Amino acid sequence: MTVNYGSKRLAVGAHYGLRDWLAQRITAALMALFTAILLLQVVLIQGPIGYDQWSGIFSPQWMKALTFTTMIALLYHVWIGMRDIWMDYIKPVWLRLVLHVFTIVWLLACTGWSMQALWRF
Amino acid sequence: MSESATNTVKKRPEFRNINAFKDLPTYRLPVAGIVSILHRISGLIMFFLMPFIVWMFDTSVSSEISFSKFKSAFNIGMLGIPGALWKLAALALMWAFLHHLIAGLRHLWMDTHHEATSKEFGKSSAVVTLAVSIGLTLILGAKLFGLY
Repeated sequence: MTVNYGSKRLAVGAHYGLRDWLAQRITAALMALFTAILLLQVVLIQGPIGYDQWSGIFSPQWMKALTFTTMIALLYHVWIGMRDIWMDYIKPVWLRLVLHVFTIVWLLACTGWSMQALWRF
Repeated sequence: MSESATNTVKKRPEFRNINAFKDLPTYRLPVAGIVSILHRISGLIMFFLMPFIVWMFDTSVSSEISFSKFKSAFNIGMLGIPGALWKLAALALMWAFLHHLIAGLRHLWMDTHHEATSKEFGKSSAVVTLAVSIGLTLILGAKLFGLY
């Protein structure tokens, strides 16, 4: 990042906005791609889908890597979205801080759990 | 001078602070606006149901035993909550995901196509978004609840 302190400090506007706006869209595109790949694999399965067929989708290393990356993308995407919601509707600074911290804890806990589930089997 | 100018101009309603109970019920929200607020609400729903999503992923892929637990949660029930309610939660997630995905693709399309940023496209694409997301939710929901 560029210098943002001293005389170069940006005092107005949401200049971090473009970065997050772009990140939200790139992560969205990645998740849409993941959805398409997952859906294609589900559709290609013949007959009823049991445990073997379902978990088999996530067992190849490339699919684990893609799912892992999608989870990270999701984490970032949801953080930007939830932060925007809190910033729009919650005005008291202390409550906004509490909700920001809650969001981070909630998201990290969910991401950790999902990664554990992904790599365990 | 300014007084005479304001007298001829028709007085329009002014909204400084929107009151949720007084102003929102009479506020005319265009279809694109409905899609926009639903985009936000669907994202919020998925955020709060995230542990349920991860639980579904965990139990469905971990082992044969957990997979049968996953199935029985929806067929019989879990934690004292009947299976139909778990299915309802899954249905809410289906709608939220479909709406968020389609409305998001609409956004991406508008971001990359200049001709798409018109009043007409905004309205028609919003109608398509609602029709496809609700239609698919009904079809998948009927399957989920065993109607076909």
